[in-house]
Amino acid sequence: MKTGKPTRWVLPGLGLFQGLAVTGKNMVQSFYKKERMTTVQYPEERAPISPNFRNFPFLVYDKDPKAGLRCTACSICEKECPPQCIYIVLDRDENGKSLKRPKVFDIDLSVCMNCGICSEVCPFDSIYMDGEYELSTDDRFGGLLFGLDRLSKSAEYHMKLRPEQASEVMARRKADEEKKAAAAAAKLAKAKADAEAKKAEAEAKAAEGKGEDA
Amino acid sequence: MISDSSMPYSAPTLAPGADDDQLLHVSLGPQHPSTHGVFRMNVVLDGETVVSLKPVFGYLHRNHEKIAEGVTYLSSMPYTDRLDYICPLSNNWAYAHAVEKLAGIEVPERAEYMRVILAELTRLINHTAFMGFILGDMGAWGSALMYAFRERELILDLFEDLTGARMMANFMRFGGCRNDLPAGWAEKCSVLVDDYGPFLDEMEKFLVGNEILLARCQDVGQLPKETLINGGITGPMLRAAGVNYDIRKAEPYGIYERFSFRIPLGDKGDCYDRIMIRFLEMRESLKILRQALDQLPEGEYVNPKAKIRGFKPPVGEAYARIEGPKGELGFHLISDGTVNPYRYRVRPPSFINLTLLEDMCLGLDLADVVIILGSIDIVLGEVDR
Amino acid sequence: MNLFAAISTEPALWSPEWLPRLPQRLVEMLLGFLGAPEWLVSIAGFLVAAGTVVGVFLGGFALLSLIERKTLARIQNRIGPNRAGWFGILQPVADGIKMLTKEDIVPAKAEKFLHLLAPILIVVPAILALGVIPYGREWTPVSLELGLLFFFAVGSLTELSVFIAGWASGSKFPMLGAMRAISQMVSYELPLIISALGVVMVSGTLSLPLIVEQQGGFHLGFIPAWNLFTPWGFFAGILFFICSIAEANRCPFDLPEGESEIVAGHMTEYSGFKYALFFMGEYLGLFAISALGITLFLGGWQAPLPGLGFLPSWIWFFGKLAIVIFMFLWIRGTYPRVRIDQLMRFAWLCMIPMALLTLPAAGIWTILNRDGHGFLAWAITVPLLLIPCVIVTVIFNRRLASANRTYRFAE
Repeated sequence: MKTGKPTRWVLPGLGLFQGLAVTGKNMVQSFYKKERMTTVQYPEERAPISPNFRNFPFLVYDKDPKAGLRCTACSICEKECPPQCIYIVLDRDENGKSLKRPKVFDIDLSVCMNCGICSEVCPFDSIYMDGEYELSTDDRFGGLLFGLDRLSKSAEYHMKLRPEQASEVMARRKADEEKKAAAAAAKLAKAKADAEAKKAEAEAKAAEGKGEDA
Repeated sequence: MISDSSMPYSAPTLAPGADDDQLLHVSLGPQHPSTHGVFRMNVVLDGETVVSLKPVFGYLHRNHEKIAEGVTYLSSMPYTDRLDYICPLSNNWAYAHAVEKLAGIEVPERAEYMRVILAELTRLINHTAFMGFILGDMGAWGSALMYAFRERELILDLFEDLTGARMMANFMRFGGCRNDLPAGWAEKCSVLVDDYGPFLDEMEKFLVGNEILLARCQDVGQLPKETLINGGITGPMLRAAGVNYDIRKAEPYGIYERFSFRIPLGDKGDCYDRIMIRFLEMRESLKILRQALDQLPEGEYVNPKAKIRGFKPPVGEAYARIEGPKGELGFHLISDGTVNPYRYRVRPPSFINLTLLEDMCLGLDLADVVIILGSIDIVLGEVDR
Repeated sequence: MNLFAAISTEPALWSPEWLPRLPQRLVEMLLGFLGAPEWLVSIAGFLVAAGTVVGVFLGGFALLSLIERKTLARIQNRIGPNRAGWFGILQPVADGIKMLTKEDIVPAKAEKFLHLLAPILIVVPAILALGVIPYGREWTPVSLELGLLFFFAVGSLTELSVFIAGWASGSKFPMLGAMRAISQMVSYELPLIISALGVVMVSGTLSLPLIVEQQGGFHLGFIPAWNLFTPWGFFAGILFFICSIAEANRCPFDLPEGESEIVAGHMTEYSGFKYALFFMGEYLGLFAISALGITLFLGGWQAPLPGLGFLPSWIWFFGKLAIVIFMFLWIRGTYPRVRIDQLMRFAWLCMIPMALLTLPAAGIWTILNRDGHGFLAWAITVPLLLIPCVIVTVIFNRRLASANRTYRFAE
């Protein structure tokens, strides 16, 4: 055992007493200082959840849960999902034409790792991350597989959950819609104009023909 | 007890004259309480003295590298969180850094500052938790662990505010970060930075003067500098032995040149030095944090040119490394121009630091093995990948 | 041979001193009233008296298991068990039900009989040792003249049962734990007994009730005449406390359990109620060793200040017991564990020499005080005991100086 020349003389076991002082202080303060405590009493008392907290994805619909679903079953999230927990089947009509909406949209809770990449890559503002965290179930097969019925949440829910994000999305969608409506109107007007022009042309032609005939 | 650093670091596997019938073969782990996860050591004991120690790992192997080769570049980001799950944001940065190097993406100023802040907070988390873990390994009944976890929780709350998750952040993106700092975050963070000093003082009072800790940790688990360098050891373990090697200084990445901070260096490289180096590093991290929070500029948090969907880096190869809390954390990527990396390789600090475990433990007590393993600071998620 | 010292005074029936002995008296009176023969009356009386002690300390064990968890929780800034009953008061009941209903696993390689015997053997000596402690003025369950000797003789059975447990489990961690336990307990038994010997020298008896009675009265009217407040007693009391931590396998000397190193030591292969019995043995042992320390150094049931004698004496005893046990808990919440070689070195190079020094000090103290040289007794024993303290301080500081590290910083 090596020894050295002490520069400062202390009582043997000083460090041990210091340790006792620290734990003693912690014990006494734990009775009246709330910020000392490490735990909360969970079911009665909950730690505050940050508004940014993300846990599990949900699908947004406007107004109608079925027709208003924003999802177009484009499968981008299915491809980007790191653990491949999303399963999408495109809904088609009897002629095999795409209806641009999902027939099946399943997310497996037991596989999902809550990364939020699906909501990041979605170009249709359709999938967002929920803050709900009490998702445990005693049915480990059905209870952990979330289908369309459990995934679909209204736009109002989104607005309540993340007001900032949702209002930004809403504004953008509204602008888009207006633009689209304007474009559609313009298109309609153009079509009308075109039709009119065609009609006029046809009439003119007809008149010409008549003239020729005559 | 090895007290002299001139002693050969690699003793013969069996002491001369030791009769194998007299030896006790013990399998420490994988369900042993202090192996920091599912790690196993096949230990041969003569009495309580370690004669041979063979680490066995792979119980937590999750095929990380192969999975990453099958998914897109972005999809690997959440998997990097799960490498060293104590400090996910450093892993995020290392991976983003590698991809940025591969694809030549610029990172905006603000994002760089955010990354530094997050990485240094992560270093605080890691070292704080380490203090609790090592005391637990020494047999203190969880008090230090609880104090450490209380402070860690405050930082995790900040992470939750910012990234949406306490641990599995998935926050860095190629060319920046996923979202901007929420309103008031920087103020909360600077309050935390101010309050962290007193906590470290309390912890230091609790631990550093403790004679039992001195007796247990000093002159335990030393290795000569050359062995450590040859073994590829990095991080606090290497610096505890007095080797000045910190990637933040040696090969500055991000914007680390702009901050003034120092690298604490130990002398002996025993377990006590490893603990103390981490203490001092935390104080330096606080300095960096203070500077970064003061200088934090306004601007873009992500490069607007960076693509999220259909990201395809050019054909090429890149290796990028950062100074993670546990040591040099590197990512090596080979791109063949498609959406998936052709090869994806992690250089995990915990795994490589673990390689010299037997050399450190030979000739010591069984009780020392636990402390040495704790002082290496491994996370099995990173060791086994 | 009069092995049982007679109970000296008979207090009034309504005195609170009587309360712990009430069941025994009632049974004796009832049997006497029914005309039972005298031997039957005394045997029944003894059984009931023993039952009282066992009941009190099993209740104490249940309470302590809760208090320990609560205290450690508070030290760690948690709340502790608070779900079962009001403030978790029913937690021991819940634990007991859980332990009783758990599967009892006996490893295939175990020595079946010894494996069963060990947990029983660890509880029995602890209860036996508790039998000779004077808890109150009128409450010594078995008043042996050789009480102290009996205590140590019985107490050393614990080592045996720990070793049996380790050996019979047929597994490696228990074996390592048993080896550690044997070496530790044998080493610390020595200074423990030696530091208790000083008390025997001064009081001239091995009977624990008499030792307590001799510590009655006050110096200068307010300092209790306990052995702790004499130079040698202070010294021996501290040594006794440290050794009793080691004897009770408590942190920082909990090497036989050594949770982070050898899983649970000798208890690794036990489950269910046998495991609970080990805990019971450990807690009862803790009670016993603290009770002995109180009896020897802290004046047993004597009140700490004059004028407080109106409270029943056993309240003082249990109050002191609570304080001593709280010290154990506080230490457990603070310190890391020492290593086995450091533990042994500390016992043989520090504790035993210092304990041996208390013997001449106690002898000088007794002789000089008997002859009326009170001041001289202080003047001789204090320097005598200061010598080792100075040596320890010098060695400690020299070691600490070499342990101090300075760190360089690279810019």
